[in-house]
Amino acid sequence: MVAIPSRHKSLVLLAGIIVLQVLLLAVQIKRQSQGRLIRVWTVGAASPFERAGSYGFGWIRDTWRHYFALQNTTKESEQIRRENDALKLQITQLQGKAAEADRLAVLLNFRRSHGEVPMIGARVIGTGAGTASLTIQLDRGERDGIRKNMGVITPDGVVGKVVEAYPNASQVLLLTDKESGVGAMLADSRIQSPVGGQGEPLLVMKYVPNDDAVNLGERVITSGMDRIFPRDLPVGTVAEIKSGNPFKLIQIKPAANLERLEEVLVLLSLRPLEMKNEENSGDAQPPAPGAANPRPVAKR
Amino acid sequence: MNDAFDMRGESHIEVHKFRAGAIIIATLLALVIQASFPIHFTKAAIIDLPLLVTIYFGLSRRNPSTGLLLGMVIGLLQDSLSGPTVPLGLHGIAKTIIGYLASSIGARLDTEHPAARFALTAAFFVTHQGLLVLTRRILLAQPEPWFTMHLFVAALVNALVAVFLFLLLDRLRKN
Repeated sequence: MVAIPSRHKSLVLLAGIIVLQVLLLAVQIKRQSQGRLIRVWTVGAASPFERAGSYGFGWIRDTWRHYFALQNTTKESEQIRRENDALKLQITQLQGKAAEADRLAVLLNFRRSHGEVPMIGARVIGTGAGTASLTIQLDRGERDGIRKNMGVITPDGVVGKVVEAYPNASQVLLLTDKESGVGAMLADSRIQSPVGGQGEPLLVMKYVPNDDAVNLGERVITSGMDRIFPRDLPVGTVAEIKSGNPFKLIQIKPAANLERLEEVLVLLSLRPLEMKNEENSGDAQPPAPGAANPRPVAKR
Repeated sequence: MNDAFDMRGESHIEVHKFRAGAIIIATLLALVIQASFPIHFTKAAIIDLPLLVTIYFGLSRRNPSTGLLLGMVIGLLQDSLSGPTVPLGLHGIAKTIIGYLASSIGARLDTEHPAARFALTAAFFVTHQGLLVLTRRILLAQPEPWFTMHLFVAALVNALVAVFLFLLLDRLRKN
């Protein structure tokens, strides 16, 4: 057997490890698997720390915004300032809790007004650990009924879909990711066309012919054709229109603030759903018989 | 400082050793911060902390085998935390090569000066992104642009963060 010179050992090791990882990539592509077992272990191990990190950073951010950033505005005596500081800290804590309560109240109202759609609230505890994909991690998973391909929304609009569900956590592919998409239509003209991400803050609406009239600021809502999201959920508004060949290039500003998500709702159904018009929504009324006809969501 | 010296080459460059568990804790902390921080500070997503940790320990340990193995582990963990749209091995391959390069360069050059650290981190960041694009294009058939202005800005920001982060990580060295 040929002995490898010691100075070349690391190079051989490098080549071996690269080849192994290339094979790992090839296996995943060939078998359409994503190494679920490894991911389950890693996410299971990391999610408690992410949870703690998320709360910790949230506390630091709130303290910074509400306390330190305001500290220079007070010019009072030392005694008053001390008392003031103590009160500010208390206020900071209360403001944080109040803001959280407000957000949760909005989610609760939304859930109540759409009682026919099973959904569960979840907290965002992490993002994708890299720039290669736009994902977020939720603190709820399979044990809470979350499954792959379920839709994720906020009261403002569509967020994305669950791409992986682990026992106590789940990963959501944001609508802005290049591989993401949603069946959508223009609220006024009722033109149907998928809306997809492009790895940037704005979404893109595909396949709208140049002859069709589209207006800036026109609302885009879900069409229900993707069988993930119910009809009439806000997706965004038309932000830019350019002529293309053969289709228009339409940029959409997402309705949900995808860069600042803290709590979301997961639609606990893999069947196509119908959303009620909010104007008609009482407390958990059954869906109207004519709900198959697309209707825009009432303004909030 | 530790008295272990690398006797290869003409110059004697010090090999740094770290407190027990320092590398593991720093690595895990980098991954958790990378996953949690951008929720509250969106712009922080531009910083690739796992890459900076790979570069730092590669430059300090100056052992190519250790450097590439650490890079592989960090890369694979990053892949598994990035969701199923990122295949296992994408960051793994890139960080394995960066770990190897960093430790090989660290064994030949003095990389303690902040200016050297800034320049090397910027170069490694660009190389890392280049490797990601290469892997995506060749192995995954996903067209990605080679160069964007965002990459240039991100390289500078990461290099600047690295200067301060490396000073912090220097404190984990055994005296």
